[in-house]
Amino acid sequence: MAFYVVQFLTGLASAASLFLVASGLSIIFGVTRIVNFAHGAFYMIGAYIAFTLTERFSGAFGFWGGVVAAALAVALIGVLVEIVLLRRIYHAPELFQLLGTFGLTLMVEDLVVLIWGPDDLVGRRAPGFKGAVDFFGQNIPSYDLFLIALGPVVLGVLWLLFQRTRWGVLVRAATQDRDMVAALGVNQKWLFTSVFAVGVFLAALGGALQIPRDAVHHAMDLRIIVEVFVVVVIGGLGSIVGAFVAAVLVSELNAFGILIFPKISIILVFLVMAVVLIVRPWGLFGKPEAAARKTPGLSVNPWRPLTLNERLASLAALIIAAMLPLFAGNYALTVGSEIAIFVIFAVSLHFLMSVGGLASFGHAAYFGLGAYGVAFLAKMAGLPMIVCLLLGPLLGCMGAAVFGFFAVQLSGVYFAMLTLAFAQIVWSIAFQWVSVTGGDNGILGVWPEKWAASPSHFYWLALGVAALVTIALRVMVFSPFGYALRATRDSLLRSEAVGINAKRIQWTAFVIAGTTAGIGGALFAYLKGSVFPDNLGISLSVDALVMVLLGGVETVSGGVIGAIVYKALNIWLVSQTDLSKLVLGGFIVLIVVVFPKGIVGMLEILAQRRRKSSPPGSSLLAKPVESAE
Amino acid sequence: MRARNSFVGAAFALLAAGMGHSALADDIKIGEINSYSLLPSFTEPYRKGWQLAVEEINAAGGINGKKLVVISKDDGGKPADAQTAANELVSSEGVAMLTGTFLSNIGLAVSDFANQKKVFFLAAEPLTDAVTWAKGNKYTFRLRPSNYMQAAMLVEAASKLPAKRWATIAPNYEYGQSAVAVFKKLMSEKRPDIQWVDEQWPPQGKIDAGPVVQAVAQANPEAILNVTFGPDLVKLVREGNTRGLFKGREVVSFLTGEPEYLDPLKEETPEGWIVTGYPWYSIKTPEHDAFLKAYQAKYNDYPRLGSIVGYQTIKAAAAIIAKAGSTDTDKMIAAAEGISMPSPFGEITFRKIDHQSTLGAFVGKTAQKDGKGVMVDTSYKKGSDYLPSDAEVEKLRPKD
Amino acid sequence: MSVAPPLLAVEGLTKSYGGIHAVRGVSFSLRPGEILALIGPNGAGKSTCFDMLNGQNKPDSGHVRLLGEETTGKKPRDIWRMGVGRTFQITATFATMTVRENVQVALISHGRQLFNLWGSAPNVDRNEAGRLLELVGMGGYADRPCGELAYGDLKRLELAVALANDPKLLLMDEPTAGMAPRERVELMRLTAQIAKEKSIGVLFTEHDMDVVFEHADRIIVLNRGTLIAEGSPAEVRGNPQVQAIYLGEGLLYEGGHREGASA
Repeated sequence: MAFYVVQFLTGLASAASLFLVASGLSIIFGVTRIVNFAHGAFYMIGAYIAFTLTERFSGAFGFWGGVVAAALAVALIGVLVEIVLLRRIYHAPELFQLLGTFGLTLMVEDLVVLIWGPDDLVGRRAPGFKGAVDFFGQNIPSYDLFLIALGPVVLGVLWLLFQRTRWGVLVRAATQDRDMVAALGVNQKWLFTSVFAVGVFLAALGGALQIPRDAVHHAMDLRIIVEVFVVVVIGGLGSIVGAFVAAVLVSELNAFGILIFPKISIILVFLVMAVVLIVRPWGLFGKPEAAARKTPGLSVNPWRPLTLNERLASLAALIIAAMLPLFAGNYALTVGSEIAIFVIFAVSLHFLMSVGGLASFGHAAYFGLGAYGVAFLAKMAGLPMIVCLLLGPLLGCMGAAVFGFFAVQLSGVYFAMLTLAFAQIVWSIAFQWVSVTGGDNGILGVWPEKWAASPSHFYWLALGVAALVTIALRVMVFSPFGYALRATRDSLLRSEAVGINAKRIQWTAFVIAGTTAGIGGALFAYLKGSVFPDNLGISLSVDALVMVLLGGVETVSGGVIGAIVYKALNIWLVSQTDLSKLVLGGFIVLIVVVFPKGIVGMLEILAQRRRKSSPPGSSLLAKPVESAE
Repeated sequence: MRARNSFVGAAFALLAAGMGHSALADDIKIGEINSYSLLPSFTEPYRKGWQLAVEEINAAGGINGKKLVVISKDDGGKPADAQTAANELVSSEGVAMLTGTFLSNIGLAVSDFANQKKVFFLAAEPLTDAVTWAKGNKYTFRLRPSNYMQAAMLVEAASKLPAKRWATIAPNYEYGQSAVAVFKKLMSEKRPDIQWVDEQWPPQGKIDAGPVVQAVAQANPEAILNVTFGPDLVKLVREGNTRGLFKGREVVSFLTGEPEYLDPLKEETPEGWIVTGYPWYSIKTPEHDAFLKAYQAKYNDYPRLGSIVGYQTIKAAAAIIAKAGSTDTDKMIAAAEGISMPSPFGEITFRKIDHQSTLGAFVGKTAQKDGKGVMVDTSYKKGSDYLPSDAEVEKLRPKD
Repeated sequence: MSVAPPLLAVEGLTKSYGGIHAVRGVSFSLRPGEILALIGPNGAGKSTCFDMLNGQNKPDSGHVRLLGEETTGKKPRDIWRMGVGRTFQITATFATMTVRENVQVALISHGRQLFNLWGSAPNVDRNEAGRLLELVGMGGYADRPCGELAYGDLKRLELAVALANDPKLLLMDEPTAGMAPRERVELMRLTAQIAKEKSIGVLFTEHDMDVVFEHADRIIVLNRGTLIAEGSPAEVRGNPQVQAIYLGEGLLYEGGHREGASA
């Protein structure tokens, strides 16, 4: 019995760490609607700075002072980030802030190694909490008890802050309805800045408090960021109590789960999230999202099919691309094939995101399923390449059909997180089911047949498929279905009121996007000659998001340009420098600040300006209408 | 605005710094791939090691009179990126052979690439047995002692322990799984009387150490096999120390004696674990002294195991090319099969039968000295003594 | 000899939230071509009532029949397919699409082309969309992005969209809210004209009593969820109960009133 109590308390200690970080994220998201990918980075910097301070200053005061000072210092960095970077992009299209914070995260991962060196750092133990307390023969670290107490204390302080201060009232009001706060004449800028600072402080504090139990290292951020998001979503966005309950739930399920299924940890949080979201689409303590204000109306730039000239130009670009094998070497061609494949992947997500307004955080699942589909067919059934290429993507299609059905019942960030959960579930199956998938060692030897083996032939194949896919999706954008899909994105209320079964339209779009991604994955398997769980992983999903956002989510062809720019740059940087993350992250941040509408979005604006030398007579009438939908 | 400009400037300066390799047409070029950005704690010393080797080789007149150039690429820890890098090295840079890699899946991906493109690949670090056995191929050789070999070395010591109740803690991926599987198999062969009472499989890099330690303690084993390393190991050791998990229990642990993993533990270092590792401070052989002196002179730092791996990888590559007298792949393979060469750990041989080198490892016990973790009672285990019989290897390895 | 059922028949509609009756036992009917105004002070249950008619909300009890066919429990999109067009209190349009495309979406849906992946949507019912836009006086705005429109124009666009499926019944929730007085009159005159020409029944809620008394054929008055008066504009105007509870308050503008929770 004592054992179960101790296991429970141990779970609570884990929960407390998780809650600290999660509560910060929840507050930030609740008010600013920023999907703060950099939250893990702040957590990590908190740990690093705390390490330096606690090593430098001795004694209890040195330790606790160092921890708090570190959190404050990082909060200051957070303020700087908010003012310099985020403020410029609050009005950018949804999720664009994700791109900015993602860029930051990349930079930080390299910066900490540059500053603190490559070795794992182990800090000292907390003065006064070094040992363990005996509980009926079981040992509980006293630091765990400290954390267990700290969790509720932080929860209480936050509660007081939100219930008893004017600032808290404003934050709560902003969480429910941002526009209303703006209308109240509150200085929204500083409200956001202060909220961001508090959120970052909590993240950094969470990181600093890991010093006595963890090693400080440069991958801490990724270790926690996804998990924290999951906790926030399970709890319900913007709900601090929800975050607390979810942290406890997840930690306890893990603590007891491993007693029965020692391998459960790898997937547990995602399973819990998937179940919670299917049963309660807004998390445990969340409320239905007050129909999020959609921002696309800011630069209303109606989509239209390409004009004849534009078509000719695109054709010319394609022909030039097709002539690459005449003058480029094998390496360039292989890179070209990879870029073409990522164009397919990006346009598939772009279709879902831009046309359907459904931002999937787990799109790699369908890419990877396509790749595994090919690997199974080629290695187990020994089918010819062309058949594998045709049938492999069907695995992506089936995955998208099953998961999409559940996912489209939700919207916004909940949709995104459910897709992430599904992708992680698929990933962990590929990772764990060693006898079928080879586990993390993957499936090797999926090489193309002779007719496609030479780099130039494979390049033409990839380029051809990419062109076909891009054209097909473009046609769909301007098909009646495409109109219907855009309609469901712009206003669910109105589309239902004109007889559109929005969920079914969105589901169809999800399956189309998933299948298309599967086509990309199928080609990818042959390009690399192997398939790994990586092909389904979070980082690939994030890559896809970044490509779409970089290209411009409000555009029709942003996915193509985003994929080309990001992938080419990525491959080049990884090849040229070990600090590719720093440079790439810097580039992304720069793009975010300079081109808040993405590359293609920016080009369109420039083109429009040139065209619009005529007086803007309409702009007097043109009041941006922010309807409730 | 100025800040932004200077940032861009800094970015390009960094970029330029990364591009500092240049090679002449008749230099011998070797391609090297590793997870530099993902695993800097291993790859930094590793890089220093191979750079030292390159310097020594060229100072001694190069390979058969030609200068050696190593072109190094980061794979970011992703198999797909490693393949892109391999492709660039082979197609674009025209390297004579590929070397490097750390993670098992990346080693396998590059090995498969080498097999497909008919390129010589000398795997430096990936431990999975599959590299030389189940998925072995004609083109792939490996330097480091494999999972099996390290398990066999540990089993030798572990089987002498009186403990009968064993628990295992290993990261939940192929490396951890196969380490546990081999250890269990070899242990059970020598000691049919032992029982496996618990196993824990925390996700790699994400151990929730408290519950894991508690769960293992609850099973009340007499001995524990640990396969976690890096930050996971730190968390495990700290929780274990606080909760008294290791008190009165024997612990056998993979890799823990390597400075990369042992040094961070400092005063948390547990006493008396049986580990594999690299006690650079207590190896007293002329070969190692020479290496140590050269390394410390060049870097003013002590070597990690990565330094040895990086150093010997390039030394081995050079020896193979020198013996082949050519960079023709088939000739290099012929030269590599059965080649013997000196190493800081003494003479090693690349076996013809499975392309595994006989580089060994040190087994010893952990201890604390002046608040630092060290290995004591160490002895070097030659790789050749811990490999299965040729007949068994034949069965494990597909026909070329 | 059976009597043809009325266009819309509402019987005993009831809805309560947590013990509070939002709508209680409301019954009324509507003939083709008739313009019926539903009025009442804030919180009288107009919106709840409306939402139950168009399927946004399910009544606790009672029936809504369209030409004799039960619509209660049906989804908004199914009710639309039965020939009910609607406009919203706060306009709901497809903000990133052009004015014409907004109408085309409705026409595509009406023509059951929603899952047509390969056609060219810009050419689908292009003329019909133009005709509808002309009808509401928006012909000149067809290629303008919807997000750029002034509010009054959005209201007219909504009317065009609502007419796309040749409706038998139009449900208009405060069709003139937020419009300038002159625009209000114009829009309602237009609506009335179309309704008479095509014999469409119109049910609308409205705060502007000028609009109500000028355009409604008949008026029903809700207060605290119950129907308290029904009759011609003149009758309702003369009803002392109505005067007491409603008109006495003056023409309050329902500030901050938003679309129902189901939005």
